[in-house]
Amino acid sequence: MSRRAAAAATSPARRAPLPLVAAAATVAVAAVLPLAYLVVRAVSADADARALVPLSITVELVLGTALLAVGVVAAALAVGVPLAWLVVRTDVPGRRLWGLAASLPLVIPSFVAALALLGALAPRGLVQQTLEPLGVDTLPEIAGYWGALLALTLSTYPYVFLLAAAALRSVDPSAEEAARGLGAGRLAVLLRATLPSLRPSLTAASLLVALYVLSDFGAVSLMGYPTLTTAIYTRYESLLALDSAAILALVLVGLAAVVVGLTSRFRLRGAIYRSTPGTGRSAQVVRLGRWRWPALAFCTTVTSVFLVLPLGVLVWWSVKADPAGGRAVAWGAALNSAGVAAAAAALAALVVLPVAVLAWRFPSRLSRLLDRLTLFPNALPGIAVALALVFFGARFSFLYQSLALLLIAYLVRFMPYALASTRASLDSVNPRLEEAARSLGRRPVGATAAVVFPLARSGMLAGASLVFLSTVKELPATLLLRPIGFETLATDIWKGTALGAYSGVAPSALLLVGIAAPVVYLLSWRNAWELGAPD
Amino acid sequence: MVVWMTLGAVALVAVSSAAALTEARQETSLTIYSGREEKLVKPIMDRFTKETGIQLNVRYASSTSLATALIEEGKDSPADVFWATESGTLGLVAARGLLKRLPQTTVGKVPSRFSTPSRRWVGTSGRSRVLAYNTQALTPAELPASVWALTNPRWKGKVGLPPTNGSFQAFVGAMLYLHGEDRTRDWLRGLRENGVKFYPNNTTTVQAVGRGEIQLGLVNHYYLYNLLADDPALPVRNHWLQAGDPGALVLAAGVGIVSATKKDAAAQRFVDFLLSKWAQRFIARGPGAAEYPLLKGVLPRPGLPALREIEGPKYNLGRLAADLPAAVRLLLETGYIK
Repeated sequence: MSRRAAAAATSPARRAPLPLVAAAATVAVAAVLPLAYLVVRAVSADADARALVPLSITVELVLGTALLAVGVVAAALAVGVPLAWLVVRTDVPGRRLWGLAASLPLVIPSFVAALALLGALAPRGLVQQTLEPLGVDTLPEIAGYWGALLALTLSTYPYVFLLAAAALRSVDPSAEEAARGLGAGRLAVLLRATLPSLRPSLTAASLLVALYVLSDFGAVSLMGYPTLTTAIYTRYESLLALDSAAILALVLVGLAAVVVGLTSRFRLRGAIYRSTPGTGRSAQVVRLGRWRWPALAFCTTVTSVFLVLPLGVLVWWSVKADPAGGRAVAWGAALNSAGVAAAAAALAALVVLPVAVLAWRFPSRLSRLLDRLTLFPNALPGIAVALALVFFGARFSFLYQSLALLLIAYLVRFMPYALASTRASLDSVNPRLEEAARSLGRRPVGATAAVVFPLARSGMLAGASLVFLSTVKELPATLLLRPIGFETLATDIWKGTALGAYSGVAPSALLLVGIAAPVVYLLSWRNAWELGAPD
Repeated sequence: MVVWMTLGAVALVAVSSAAALTEARQETSLTIYSGREEKLVKPIMDRFTKETGIQLNVRYASSTSLATALIEEGKDSPADVFWATESGTLGLVAARGLLKRLPQTTVGKVPSRFSTPSRRWVGTSGRSRVLAYNTQALTPAELPASVWALTNPRWKGKVGLPPTNGSFQAFVGAMLYLHGEDRTRDWLRGLRENGVKFYPNNTTTVQAVGRGEIQLGLVNHYYLYNLLADDPALPVRNHWLQAGDPGALVLAAGVGIVSATKKDAAAQRFVDFLLSKWAQRFIARGPGAAEYPLLKGVLPRPGLPALREIEGPKYNLGRLAADLPAAVRLLLETGYIK
């Protein structure tokens, strides 16, 4: 039975109402339109602009960016997967604590992570000052590749952890049991049965991490590691060469497309599927025995370096209020951050509804296309979206320098999260419920409202929370598009670091973490990974 | 829940943006694009509003990105006045016909080298290129007399500069014009081979000198005084290079009136205010300030060499619009900018 026939069998032949299609199409077009502007500007760039993107530099930037992405993916897997295994499958002491600590770095934006790591580990940073009585007078330079790698691993390993942990909980243990039954040792079971069964999740996590690294602007800037995003920003900010920035932005989008292509090929190859129907059983807890102490040391180290250290630096700086870096606490910026993030979250939850409902209730080639188009910007780095909207805004001057344009940027960039989660919750709603409501006399719109929304609400809320979290942490698009006089915590922190006032921005950074923290708490772990995973 | 979130958020955004909009629509307001840092010039903006009642909406960003914005916006620009840290960016905007001609009475207030014959912009302050040095690592006698000496192994790994900064780029542009492309390229390459370190801007470069991370920083002279105001113990001082050296170039911050403006009178008032005695004194001697005033009769901060004593190279600032893009290309080619 073809997909379409299957769809027809589960829902009665009903044509999608035109307003719904129109609304969904508008949203989908809005999601991809900015990219068109990027293409137009890059293609029409004159010789002067092209001279600012020499091939040698472009190749160097692409390689540098790719190398960082590969490094961070490897590091995030190396940290996240063992941690997830220990927390889910073993009797390591303090499992719940380590699990919580591993998801908390989600509240720390990458530029704040970089800032705090620099403060702690730079050649004359806090750690060196603490060790000074012991005769340590310099620490190795952390800026550059390794610093960027460390900061981005901090920001991304929670995704790997959450995905791996969820997979380890839900994976059918029968493959492992079979391997054990066939005489495989513990290590062999781990390598030949457990890890392969995690493959789809780990591939998804790697994709997420790689896209995160490609989009990152804040951490690589602070660590002084040149990537495509910093090169785009340099051209925007200090070279009077917007079209050359557009060319590099297209290269970046291309690199993101390559990453998506590679992972989609890799995802299902050699996967081990559930072999038994019905509800899964949980796997046996592995008793670590004397290995529990090294395991405990591993958990402690990860939590210390990636959570206690950065937050500790921020708290220390805030308490110690260095007179040189002393800056007022940016309450206004905090209000702006929370305000735009809430607006973006609410709007995202609402505007994706037509696309989600259309795809769920009226499956067709068109609705699938609109769904895909709306999800597409998830692979677009924020600075590319922002640059595209700079061009777009210059063309439609009523939008120019307005809060609306900034909100559009957030929506385009983060709408995919809202769509994915709304779709996920809708998919669990049986269309027959709506039919039942209609047969009881409800009009179509009323039926949808009465039956579908209550059931889809949790997904919409989770999606909105994720949009909120991402918006609060967003830096490059905010930098490029904020209207006159409008500062958020992210831009406030950025401006402070440009003045070299690292310790002075600590209160703002803590405030930002404080705004993001309740949202991460709201999002259950399961939601966080499910929604963060791009299609 | 979602409904409440939406309502709350929309209300919040509406209130904040409505406030910004009503301000902008009034006749008694100006939109200023300021490449000058908020920290340095906010008191000047406030004083102008207090004296004239004209509200200012100020967009603070790098001079170059504001110039880019003006060029993108063209005749739709919301800006009335462009105040730039670097006269070269004003020249680039003027070259596209986006700045109005200023009256001779305004331009005549400053020495002629701080404007151009076409009168599209006027200098508001002078700044000198210097070497900032760490006083704990070096004595004045050990300092080089010229930027050309910085490629010497003596300074290996000890020099820092901000490659994306407009003033540094202007300095390279002047060097290009005065000494030719080959010599400039050789110097840039030599400096890199000598382990020059890069910083995001002038402030962070001077701070690195203060920490002893580097011993010499190629920067504008006045950032030091701003940092000294916060931390008088900072072990950094400025060193002026020998007469005629490209590293002793004197640059200008300047202001122009945007062609798109419909508020000529108010914009002109703002420009004249920047050249008033009060503003010039503030730019020169306000808290943490140390730029060179350009209005006759206003003295620079005590301890600075007089502007006419700094014998920079013979270079016409009007040339920067042509030399800046060439400098940027060379900086890309030699790996200073990526």
